[in-house]
Amino acid sequence: MDLYLPIANLSVNGIWIVALGMLTGILSGLFGVGGGFLTTPLLIFYGIPPTVAAASASTQVTGASVSGVFAHSKRKGVDYKLGGVTVVGGIFGAGIGAILFRFLQAAGQIDVVINILYVVMLGTIGSLMAKEAMESIRPAQGSTSRSAPKRRHHPLVTALPLRWRFYRSGLYISPFAPLILGILVGILTMLMGVGGGFILVPAMLYILGMSAGVVVGTSLFNILFVTMATTMMHALTTQAVDIVLAAFLLLGSVTGAQIGTQVAQKVKPEWLRLALAVIVLLVALRMLFGLGVQPDEIYTVSPL
Amino acid sequence: MSRVFLIILCFFALSAQRDPILVPEVSQHEVQVRQGFTGTELILFGAILDPSGQRAGRKYDIVVILKGPSEPIRLREKERIGPIWMNAESTAFRSAPSFFAVASSSARIADIVDERTAAIYELGLDYIQLSPSGTIDPEEQARFTAGLVDLRERQGLYKESMEGVRISEQVLYQARISLPSNVQTGTYTAETFAITRGRVIASAIAEVEVKKVGFERFVELFSQQQEFWYGLLAVSLSIFMGWVAGRLFALI
Repeated sequence: MDLYLPIANLSVNGIWIVALGMLTGILSGLFGVGGGFLTTPLLIFYGIPPTVAAASASTQVTGASVSGVFAHSKRKGVDYKLGGVTVVGGIFGAGIGAILFRFLQAAGQIDVVINILYVVMLGTIGSLMAKEAMESIRPAQGSTSRSAPKRRHHPLVTALPLRWRFYRSGLYISPFAPLILGILVGILTMLMGVGGGFILVPAMLYILGMSAGVVVGTSLFNILFVTMATTMMHALTTQAVDIVLAAFLLLGSVTGAQIGTQVAQKVKPEWLRLALAVIVLLVALRMLFGLGVQPDEIYTVSPL
Repeated sequence: MSRVFLIILCFFALSAQRDPILVPEVSQHEVQVRQGFTGTELILFGAILDPSGQRAGRKYDIVVILKGPSEPIRLREKERIGPIWMNAESTAFRSAPSFFAVASSSARIADIVDERTAAIYELGLDYIQLSPSGTIDPEEQARFTAGLVDLRERQGLYKESMEGVRISEQVLYQARISLPSNVQTGTYTAETFAITRGRVIASAIAEVEVKKVGFERFVELFSQQQEFWYGLLAVSLSIFMGWVAGRLFALI
């Protein structure tokens, strides 16, 4: 099925786009991450211009996280106060990201920066997740009794001034901690076209020390609003949001997300985390490989 | 007085040579880019006649060039810096055609004209004029030009097809040039040159308009002129689709 994308200015196979959306949708349903970390690189690989890929992927992530937010809020799994703080940070971050994007684009280094960010981010988080998942699978067979080191949040968090109470998260911490986290994720969202769930979820768990029941919901809440802001930011600055591309990605991802959610209820969570870690590490390795070997195209054209 | 005489003499001398007339035509003067557009094929055809309207009767070579709208571009070159490949040097071209296809009736451009003529008329990818801005040494310029031509050749935007023009009965000529789906919109010019004994003896231009129509044009204009509402529409669409999917699956 031929599909002409009016902003990307080329014709693609619509089935592939829906399938790609479906794949990332299933991932988002399974693991509670947006799946943008797969959409953007795969779209670029398919020949979509990088800016259009990043902009339209963020639009897709919005759609993929909507139903999740509804579902979690019904179960009181969203800390709106903490989520609100990270959203404010995220919108600031998206603004900073837009400026960075322009600067790097003018310098001609946007692609390499995006690739390095992917390798570093995905590599770190993937190996942390893999390690954590392996440890939670192994005790079932092994006999090591785990002495749980009890620490609520990272020492840096306690060093920040001012303290607010976040009841649902069970936290009494400085609002600057989630704010800074939000800013960082916002920058990444704008640069990489990702929702940032794969950074937000571990950071909320291990750095802020939020109670596990509200982490995924609050993270999705943040992703929803920050990707909305980045879509607007892209529409206003890069004008690279391809609504036809986004619609076809959404078609796949919203259905995929539902399928993923169904499957997630039947599989053990630690195996899910291990699977996600493997996928994340594979993407990181592929990108690392791409940085190191001679690229197919030595020359790139950008309009003046 | 003698100068006027000379001019008159020249006039007769030139018209006596009976340069042929080219009558070019394009199969489509307007290419509409709309949903389902996967590229198209243009047929550039026409006739060569001598001024009295008879067939030209001599052996001609025909070269046709279809050129897309030119744009200023920056071309970057990747280089290995430390362990990774990244953009290093770059150069700017003031007018790089977004599409450039050459078809010729001969097997080699070099067989029918000399270097200088080929460069003047841009008869071939080797002679493409990109007008670099700023000073740049010729060797480096040649490297960048070759890089751009190679890149766009593989994208299907630059192409050369020797023996791609068919001449029948020394009167009619015809060349097929395909436009891929990733072409830029704008005014394309189709130039036809008749060449004999190393000289371009006749040339003619026809224009082809490539434009988005209907929904595609609407989306493009909307995204450029009303960025805010376009963004809002994209956001609402994604929220709506996510919400509907959630509701539908809740029913199952």
